[in-house]
Amino acid sequence: MILDFGVIDFEKCLSIQKELVRRRRLGEIDDSLILAEHRNVFTIGRTGKIENLLVEPADLKKHRASLIFTDRGGDITFHGPGQVVLYPIIDLRNRNRDLHGYLRDLEDLVINLLSDYGVSANRMVGATGVWFGSKKIGFIGVSASGWVTYHGASININTDLSFFSMCQPCGLKDVEVTSLKRILGKEIAMDMVKNRIVSCFEEVFTSWHSRKFVKSDIGGIFAAQVSAALA
Amino acid sequence: MYDVILPSLAEGVDKAHVTYWFRSEGDDVKEGEDLVELVTDKATFKLPSPASGTLKEILAAEGTEVKVGQVLAKVQ
Repeated sequence: MILDFGVIDFEKCLSIQKELVRRRRLGEIDDSLILAEHRNVFTIGRTGKIENLLVEPADLKKHRASLIFTDRGGDITFHGPGQVVLYPIIDLRNRNRDLHGYLRDLEDLVINLLSDYGVSANRMVGATGVWFGSKKIGFIGVSASGWVTYHGASININTDLSFFSMCQPCGLKDVEVTSLKRILGKEIAMDMVKNRIVSCFEEVFTSWHSRKFVKSDIGGIFAAQVSAALA
Repeated sequence: MYDVILPSLAEGVDKAHVTYWFRSEGDDVKEGEDLVELVTDKATFKLPSPASGTLKEILAAEGTEVKVGQVLAKVQ
C-alpha cells in the first residue's frame, strides 16, 4: 500500500510507521511505502552528535524549526516543506536480510528518480546518500525492527536550503547541499515527483507491486490507527 | 537458557555496534519484542528477543563493537 500523507508532523509519521512495522511483522499487511513532507525539523540519528547542529537549540524557535533525537542510523539532517521523504515498510527477510544492500537500493531509487529529470547523480563509497557532483541531494537513514524497515530517505526537491547551513549534514564537514530546483533552475511539481517515486520504488523493489495508491482517503485495516495518529 | 546472538546484518559485514538496550538485566521480556539495538553504517537494527522469560545477563554494553555470532545476552 502507498500512503501519501502530504505535510505531516515527523513524530506523528514515525508512530504510524511503527504501527505499520508491527503489522508487517505479523503478516497483516504487505510491504508499503509512505510519502511525506515535514514541517521544519532537524533530526539526529543514533550515531549523531548535537555539535553538528550549528545553532543554539534554544534559537531554533525563531527559525520556526524544531529538533528531535530519533532512532534511525546516521547523524543530523533537516526536513522541511519541498523535500520529499519516503518511508518504505519492507520485510527484508524476503530480500536477503541485507541492511547495506537495502541502503544501496534506496540510493538506486533516488538516482533513478533524478535521472527521470535528466540529472545524473551518483553514490559515493563510504558516504551513504546520493550526490550531485560533490553536493548532497539525497539523505538516507534507516531502521529495521526484526527485519522490517522504517525511517528511509529524503530528497531535496524545492527545499529551502538555507536550513542546511544551520547543521553539518550527516556530520560531514563543509558538505554542500543542493536541490532539484537549484539544479534545474525552476520550481518542481511535487505531485509529479511523488508519482515518479512510486514508479522508481516499484522498479527497485521489483518483487513489489502497488495495490492501491491511497491519497488522503486512508482505507484498509489500519484506518482507525492512522486516523487516530493524524487526529 | 536462550542465547541472544548477533545475526549477519549485511552481506560481507561481520560486525556492528551496540547502541541501545531496551531492557535491563532482571527484566521480563517477551519473545519477539525489541531487545537490543545495533548500528551498521546508516542503519539501526532492533534485534528481537528469541524467547519469553527473564533477561539474565547482558554481555555486550552500549557502545561496544560486536561480531556476528557473538552472544549478546542470555534469556531464561
